Amino acid sequence: MLDKANVIDTDKVVVRFSGDSGDGMQLVGNIFTNVSAGIGNQVSTFPDYPAEIRAPQGSLGGVSGFQVSIGNDVHTPGDLCDVLIAMNAAALKANARNLRQPGGVAIVDIDSFKDSDLKKAEYTTDDPFKELGLNAQVLEVPVTTLTKAALADSGLDNKSMLKCRNIFCLGLVCWLFDRPLEAAVNFLRKKFAKKPAIFAANEKVIHAGYDYGHNIHAGVSTYRIESEAARPGVYTDINGNTATAWGLIMASEKSGRPLFLGSYPITPATDILQELAKRKDLGVKACQMEDEIAGVCSAIGASFAGNLAVTSTSGPGLALKSEGIGLAVMAELPLVVIDVQRGGPSTGLPTKTEQTDLMQALYGRNGESPVAVVAPASPTDCFTMAFEASRIAIEHMTPVILLSDAFIGNGSSAWRIPDADEYPAIKPNYVPDDLAGSWKPYDRNDDQVRYWAIPGTPGLAHRIGGLEKDFVTGAISTSPENHERMVMVRREKIERIANNIPALEAIEPQGADTILVGWGGTYGHLRTAATELTAEGTPMAFAQLRYINPLPANTREILGRYKRVIVAELNTGMMADYLQAKFPELKIERINKIQGQPFKVSEVKDAVKAILSK
Amino acid sequence: MEENITTQYTPADFKNGSPVRWCPGCGDHAILNSLHKAMAAVGVAPHNTAVISGIGCSSRLPYYMGTYGFHTIHGRSAAIATGFKLANPEMTVWQVSGDGDGLAIGGNHFIHAVRRNVDINMLLLNNKIYGLTKGQYSPTSDRGFVSKTSPYGTTEDPFIPAELAFGARGTFFARAIDVELQVSQEVLAAAARHKGASVVEILQNCMIYNNGIHNFITDRETRPDRTIHLVHGEKMIFGKDKNRGIVQDGFGLKAVTIGVDGWTIDDVLVHDAHTPSNFLHQQLAMMDGHELPLAIGVIRDVEAPVYNEDVDRQVEEVKAAHGFDSLRSMILAGETWEVK
Ligand SMILES: Cc1ncc(C[n+]2csc(CCOP(=O)(O)OP(=O)(O)O)c2C)c(N)n1
Ligand code: SF4
Ligand SMILES: [Mg+2]
Repeated sequence: MLDKANVIDTDKVVVRFSGDSGDGMQLVGNIFTNVSAGIGNQVSTFPDYPAEIRAPQGSLGGVSGFQVSIGNDVHTPGDLCDVLIAMNAAALKANARNLRQPGGVAIVDIDSFKDSDLKKAEYTTDDPFKELGLNAQVLEVPVTTLTKAALADSGLDNKSMLKCRNIFCLGLVCWLFDRPLEAAVNFLRKKFAKKPAIFAANEKVIHAGYDYGHNIHAGVSTYRIESEAARPGVYTDINGNTATAWGLIMASEKSGRPLFLGSYPITPATDILQELAKRKDLGVKACQMEDEIAGVCSAIGASFAGNLAVTSTSGPGLALKSEGIGLAVMAELPLVVIDVQRGGPSTGLPTKTEQTDLMQALYGRNGESPVAVVAPASPTDCFTMAFEASRIAIEHMTPVILLSDAFIGNGSSAWRIPDADEYPAIKPNYVPDDLAGSWKPYDRNDDQVRYWAIPGTPGLAHRIGGLEKDFVTGAISTSPENHERMVMVRREKIERIANNIPALEAIEPQGADTILVGWGGTYGHLRTAATELTAEGTPMAFAQLRYINPLPANTREILGRYKRVIVAELNTGMMADYLQAKFPELKIERINKIQGQPFKVSEVKDAVKAILSK
Repeated sequence: MEENITTQYTPADFKNGSPVRWCPGCGDHAILNSLHKAMAAVGVAPHNTAVISGIGCSSRLPYYMGTYGFHTIHGRSAAIATGFKLANPEMTVWQVSGDGDGLAIGGNHFIHAVRRNVDINMLLLNNKIYGLTKGQYSPTSDRGFVSKTSPYGTTEDPFIPAELAFGARGTFFARAIDVELQVSQEVLAAAARHKGASVVEILQNCMIYNNGIHNFITDRETRPDRTIHLVHGEKMIFGKDKNRGIVQDGFGLKAVTIGVDGWTIDDVLVHDAHTPSNFLHQQLAMMDGHELPLAIGVIRDVEAPVYNEDVDRQVEEVKAAHGFDSLRSMILAGETWEVK
């Protein structure tokens, strides 16, 4: 079944670890990623958690996966994997369709393919490989037996020994990709710093896995990954949710306003609350409130009190926060609202990704209630866009909704740690000294931004609230003309943000008459699709909308250069509708997918070709 | 904050001169007056004071203050005040709700603010009706109460605010009557001085939609016999002739007349607002003016860990323990690698 030994030179490779949720796939995936990034590869990862937290062992519902792409020009975790590690029969079955065929390699723990395992994984025959129609190299490794053998005189009990199976596979994969074992061992040493016996066992097992690969060298392809040198600097591995949390902290440092988070746990946004809860060591106050409404409301209180105030959630929580966001619109207070989108409606697909909250973010409130909306493109861009959301909120005294998603929130990449001076100072619109004495709470600067008077300041005591205010005095007003004027001013304030954000930059190859447009976490797949189409002879421009409301001032001009604008998104066409309404002259085509899964580069390319051939 | 406590302020410093728009005769006028006076007595500067309310007639109150003020959305002001206090702990924070605002739509925030013991003063202006929306029953309306939304009488029991506050492990509960300015000022000042969540229920008359709802208690003639003003350290004496007292009766309480049936002044209980157990406080707070007089004054006032203070303390502790001076230094202390 196996090819003879060969070494594949490549600039990009995709590996997927899969097993039972208790098998430690996320851990080995992370270590493998960090080791690869440490030797200069670009990396992009995506953990695929099972929907059920404690599904029966060996069942399809309990399969957990971790996919990583490493190499050059890496923008996505990859469509199909070149190497699939399957710790049991269920993992192989659940992931076979993610394996490149032909050409891929499946490494399976053949000890977990007994009749009972096949039954639990709902196979109907006794030849799983044939049943799956697998057209790939299969490396059948007795992982369980070999792990136990390596630990025979470790003194560990059976259960503890079995817990090291994942590390055996890590050793084997390190051999396969020529990764330095010492780096992996260092990660293990840190991870098990408090459990020396477990560390010793894992160290033994990782070597056993590596040596096993070495000894069966004849059996399978190995890889040598060529990678361009990355920009010099100090790097760390970061997922999108952590990057979001850290971007907020950077904004707090650059604005001089303390950071407050009011939140309530919800998948896939909880990590942000958890990370900021740890960051009390940087002075952050992150409060787990009694519900999402209290989350946004405590943030609004903190904003009125003078903090950089944030609330984090997912779609269902954003729905609960609508009224509160409306209050911040009316009171004209800075507020950052983070929505890590998941499949909806209702509870929907809590662990899966989707871009279906765009309309909710733009319009999901009563009254004329415009807010700024931005969307990060990748895990590391979450840092920048969380910073930007904070900057816009503070400098324009408005709520800003940041639309992240499960894919980039959980996905990770290597990230160069920036110096503080790489980010601009954020300038709160404080009440100017020359207004002291005459200042009214709804006085505005030239960009129609209300001034921020921090409670505790003598002479600036004032009252604000959700009732309509008089344009001049800031007192409650029910005047019809005044209301219309205030609606238009609040709207204009948001539109003027366009003067304070970067212009849209598109990738525009020669000869392209079509532009592919995306927003949010689909960036990597769409950009890769456009690049590949261009390389294959179909010049394809590409633009990523990171600022959604307002759009960058040159958006119309850039999109207007193209005969066709194709908007690809993980919903039924919300961005396409939004752009079409703003720019009726454009011919907008759509690529849509609503399966709780990211795009695959290949399916985007196929869909583009189908549109072009119409 | 201690250093802000002076007596340099007058009630006028806490007013802002805008016309007060409640109906003439509404109990809220008297409460506003008492609050201005209590604030002056407490002596925290207007610019170090914030008044945060929800929606309802009662929630209009911040517009009549010379302090920082925020008139927010229906039911949410306890959560908003919590965030405000955490973010700006130097400020003295007052949170104002009606019975609907605080106990119906805002019930969840009410109990959690009390449970956390965040240092805010929570005023509950209880007129047993929805005033602003023109007369629907509220969660404090008595069973059988007839209103626009209960034309045949309600078929549900009300909350007793004190019971809810104690159920949420409240550390401070006081009660007052809108027209009793003296007691109102006293309990408002005590609420301000208490560290933690201070709940003050004020029985308020809505002239228009529920006129006289508290008359059984507040009627001038009968008030001395139907209410008792509790003062920490003093005997629980009440009545027109100051000859009635509260005594322990098995597991419960009983009102007696001193000199009758052998009861003497020595049998009468001394009020202890500071005792940690809320057992007696509950019983005192549940007295309703029928068998036993309704209690006004500070019923419970105990010390307990204060949420915002503990948050601040923890921030200082972990800051000192971890020793990071910036985001970058924190990240660099984690797993990193260098590309040269
Ligand atoms: C979300 C929302 N629901 C309903 C209302 C309508 N509303 C305004 S005030 C109120 C009840 C007011 O009663 P209470 O809180 O007791 O205050 P009061 O007017 O009696 O002082 C209601 C139902 C609203 N403003 N917002
Ligand atoms: S309706 Fe009732 S509560 Fe409202 S202002 Fe008038 S009297 Fe006061
Ligand atoms: Mg009421």
